[in-house]
Amino acid sequence: MIELNFGRKLGALDLQVDVTLPSRGVSALFGRSGAGKSSLINAVAGIVTPDHGRIRVGERVFYDRDSGTDLAIEARGIGYVFQDARLFPHLSVAGNLRYGLKRARGTHAVGWDSVVEVLGLEHLLDRRPWNLSGGERQRVAIGRALLRQPTLLLMDEPLASLDAPRKAEVLPYIERLAREFALPVLYVSHSIEEVTRLADHLVILSEGRTVASGELSDIMSRPEHAPLIGRYEAGSVLDCTVLQHNDDYALTTLRFADGQLRVPRIDLDPGAPVRVRIRARDVALALARPMDVSIVNKLPGRVQQITPRDGPYADVTVDLGSRTLRALITRESCDRLGLQPGTAVWTMVKSVALDSRSVGFSRRPRSASPAQAPDLPQKPGAPAEAD
Amino acid sequence: MGGIEWDALLLSLKVGAASTALCLPFAIGVAWLLSRSRLRGRALLDGIVHAPLVLPPVVIGYLLLISLGTRAPLGAWLKSTFGIQLIFTTEGVVVAAAVMAFPLMVRAIRLSLDSVDRGLEMAARTLGASRLDVLFSVTLPLMLPGILSGAMMAFAASLGEFGATITFASNIEGETRTLPLAIYTATQTPDGDAIALRLVGLSMALAVAAITLSEWLHRRTQRWLGRH
Repeated sequence: MIELNFGRKLGALDLQVDVTLPSRGVSALFGRSGAGKSSLINAVAGIVTPDHGRIRVGERVFYDRDSGTDLAIEARGIGYVFQDARLFPHLSVAGNLRYGLKRARGTHAVGWDSVVEVLGLEHLLDRRPWNLSGGERQRVAIGRALLRQPTLLLMDEPLASLDAPRKAEVLPYIERLAREFALPVLYVSHSIEEVTRLADHLVILSEGRTVASGELSDIMSRPEHAPLIGRYEAGSVLDCTVLQHNDDYALTTLRFADGQLRVPRIDLDPGAPVRVRIRARDVALALARPMDVSIVNKLPGRVQQITPRDGPYADVTVDLGSRTLRALITRESCDRLGLQPGTAVWTMVKSVALDSRSVGFSRRPRSASPAQAPDLPQKPGAPAEAD
Repeated sequence: MGGIEWDALLLSLKVGAASTALCLPFAIGVAWLLSRSRLRGRALLDGIVHAPLVLPPVVIGYLLLISLGTRAPLGAWLKSTFGIQLIFTTEGVVVAAAVMAFPLMVRAIRLSLDSVDRGLEMAARTLGASRLDVLFSVTLPLMLPGILSGAMMAFAASLGEFGATITFASNIEGETRTLPLAIYTATQTPDGDAIALRLVGLSMALAVAAITLSEWLHRRTQRWLGRH
């Protein structure tokens, strides 16, 4: 377990952190800029010293005000990938990769060859950092942090300074490393798209406070978090597996606990796990099974909760059986349809809305308990995502 | 070129090299204090270090004389403990040249230290390097262009030092008579014009060579760091 329980005043920011993170998988730290995300991981790294509290990673106490413990940055055994890569300009790519490796203590669990292979660095080894593209630089920075043999990998918006094509280039590498190297990752981002593709655990930070922490799909499905995630991006996350492809129409059918979803074709073999983010604003509701409409993703369920929002909107959570799906509709529609908790409805999602930005290509097999496995149906009406 | 020119040239090169070497560790230390420390009295240190740039060299020479002369406490201690006498010796010329060149070197090194990205040093810490390790593996290599150009500047300035040297170490052939002092001596000697002119030519050639080398080194190291 990673225990973060500390506070620190930094100018206008009053950082108060109280979360426990799993010691495996990717934990995303999400929040708007200025919410204190970077200060939080800098405190874990030892760059920022808390005023009070405790930071513990596994068995190792990094900081404890009461016992006077405050490990030096270099003694914490963390890997840190900065937004701006921070490669050493006086060393080659290989020299940069070796920098942390030479200084790593104990057994070397992360091997040179596997890092070079997973991050595709072979042809870059002799180059100098200033000759690399932004995406290549970030890959080298990730490799350097991994070869340092960390017990925890911190990533501070590693994609934020890259343009869209470079982002798309680096993201799969990060997805792979979470899978290949058994290493807890603390990933800071203000992009819900990155978070949904990478994270298992989600922490939401707002004005210096950790306001939510839990399994990603659980946190995402709760309407009370929508204002923090943003009305445009808020929605549900469903873990699915690839069922089959339709090459004629370039579509892929995915299966999840409560049914199937048709999405634009993704290049993965049947059986591969994928994660789909469905924005609440892309979900429509109907009282009867919709006929003669272009939408193919139609899933029956029951209204679980209706949360009125400012202005014209209402956030409706629909229980599909074992999963929930959130829909953002107008309050007017809500009243016109007479929606109430318990009302039977059909949810509709346009396939077109589920583009590659919403579909996480490769998820590592979930290590959670079997109850959370995506294809174990529960009886309808049972509380979804039981905690 | 006769014996006088050779002697003066060799002595100057020797003094230049020795004063540069003497300055270097102190200049890096002082640049560090001025750029990185929160030391009280930093402004005072800054002023003292830069004084030789604005004071008449004779004043510096005189101050050295009254503090490091054989009758001064510090000078007497140096002589009794280490057997080092500075006045009337080549060592004294080196000290005078070093004091005069020191601010030039500190300036160049401090500028290069200011331009070192602290983020890179922080990255090195997260990769397991201690503060001292970071200094040698990241900070100093990144300062290299400034250190080299500072050293070249100090070397060139040492070659030309006159006022402090003649006041402190005097003008003794083969011992303290560097190029500028030899030129001065030649101009004071009847029929010394030819020697003086040859020495002037030599000085100018040395200066041009030093500046060219300095520029070249600076460009090389900057390119090595990917700065264009």
